[in-house]
Amino acid sequence: MSDMQDYNSSLGNAQSRKFETFSYLPAMDADQIRTQIEFIVSKGWNPSIEHTEPQNANGAYWYMWKLPMFGETDVDAILAECDACHKAHPNNHVRLLGLDNYAQCAGASMVIFRGEAV
Amino acid sequence: MAKTYDAGVKDYRETYWMPDYTPKETDILACFKVTPQPGVPREEVAAAVAAESSTGTWTTVWTDLLTDLDYYKGRAYAIEDVPGDDSCFYAFVAYPIDLFEEGSVVNVMTSLVGNVFGFKALRALRLEDIRFPLAYVMTCNGPPQGIQVERDLLNKYGRPLLGCTIKPKLGLSAKNYGRACYEGLRGGLDFTKDDENVNSQPFMRWRHRFDFVMEAIVKAEAETGERKGHYLNVTAPTADEMMKRAEYAKEIGAPIIMHDYLTGGWSANTQLAQWCQDNGMLLHIHRAMHAVLDRNPHHGIHFRVLTKILRLSGGDHLHSGTVVGKLEGDRDATLGWIDIMRDSFIKEDRSRGIFFDQDWGAMPGVLPVASGGIHVWHMPALVNIFGDDSVLQFGGGTLGHPWGNAAGAAANRVAVEACVEARNQGRELEKEGKEILTSAAANSPELKAAMETWKEIKFEFDTVDKLDVSHK
Repeated sequence: MSDMQDYNSSLGNAQSRKFETFSYLPAMDADQIRTQIEFIVSKGWNPSIEHTEPQNANGAYWYMWKLPMFGETDVDAILAECDACHKAHPNNHVRLLGLDNYAQCAGASMVIFRGEAV
Repeated sequence: MAKTYDAGVKDYRETYWMPDYTPKETDILACFKVTPQPGVPREEVAAAVAAESSTGTWTTVWTDLLTDLDYYKGRAYAIEDVPGDDSCFYAFVAYPIDLFEEGSVVNVMTSLVGNVFGFKALRALRLEDIRFPLAYVMTCNGPPQGIQVERDLLNKYGRPLLGCTIKPKLGLSAKNYGRACYEGLRGGLDFTKDDENVNSQPFMRWRHRFDFVMEAIVKAEAETGERKGHYLNVTAPTADEMMKRAEYAKEIGAPIIMHDYLTGGWSANTQLAQWCQDNGMLLHIHRAMHAVLDRNPHHGIHFRVLTKILRLSGGDHLHSGTVVGKLEGDRDATLGWIDIMRDSFIKEDRSRGIFFDQDWGAMPGVLPVASGGIHVWHMPALVNIFGDDSVLQFGGGTLGHPWGNAAGAAANRVAVEACVEARNQGRELEKEGKEILTSAAANSPELKAAMETWKEIKFEFDTVDKLDVSHK
């Protein structure tokens, strides 16, 4: 039993709270965020940014940062908006979505800046 | 011009073989693989199949003349060689749409795979594909919610969903069963699943199972902050009993229930799917008995037909085979029926065993479920083959983790996310799978342990039912 690890997760441990896709991986660095944006652009999806206080992450609706960036394919411009949202809400989760208007569903959704867990 | 009644036995081909017929857009089309008894001409056998699966019987009857037989009859309109197999041939049959009750796969299949399959002039018969015209598709209710709605309901985007079938299949008490679910869900699974033969046995009655499993879901959701579900199997001895269990699942707030659509029957399945649509419930479909019908390359019903039947009858998930696991399934053929589940329009493509264009119009799609004998080492291939719109289900591959279900679940969750991230970066998953998993394991002791446990397992038996593509 000694080499067996306990699965350390509980209601009382805020680190147990996840936030869907990629939340089981380490936080993304700047390069990783950039390649994911490139992926969203390559799929022809509309980038969109949302954020929330970590304690309110459960619901379907987070706060939309401005409007979805319809037709935006400039990766730097998208990154700049992500950073602007993060700067304005440094304690919030910030997620990047790729909105697929044909499926009318997000094709991608990932938290790129992680707020303090609660 | 009136016809006269001439009693006796006529060759089928006089009435039912129409090589010059151009199928209408509204016809239901079928492709049969026919293995005739020796000495019977192909046209006659094809015509007999058309007759016996539509209006005909073995002899002329006077009441034929009261009908517009030339309109109602099935028409054998083409014959083709089967590549690589001289013992059989393909027969294409067109049926006018008013031969069938609207919205009833039961009625369509009672005709198409009814008496004709026992017909003496045939040594064997296999229904390879059906083209359902959009006009017929529109009469069916289809999947209760569909892929996009499911994603919105469960808040899962940009990756395959992750599930686990609880084992052992039989014998656990309800409370212990709920424990196994809870551990998997808190470790990062989206779903756990009742096995197909878990219904309501003496060791675990359905109601106790539903209650304990629901407690597991609620706690795992609070703990992880993510939405979770468990496929509560409502397959039951009677349709009334099935509905009773479905109603209770709704009452306790379960997001998804499950049905076995072949053993439970299509009539019950269609009823349940409609109820699910009315009640905002997701419906997972298992396919026990399918291999009895679809495995023999010369006789039975191909799985791509069973897939179409399910999409029309209704279900949000359907088991598809894994390509890489312990169960049968040729890769190209599997890709073919995965498209049939998910896409809006599927083009004829013989290299994937698809005989007809199929237009589903606005009917929602079904998520393919890859389940059976798969573990973390299969993850790169699975993500590559199935893409995001799928459920990857690891039973033994979760529960068999040396540290238990939560660790097993976390290992699979880390693996699937690492593969999706790498794919999005443009990396080739099946080539670089090992490096992708190994570097993800550096941050996940659970994944590292899983990779050490299952390193050596492979399934490399050849498939029994291959596509008919090799010419002699």
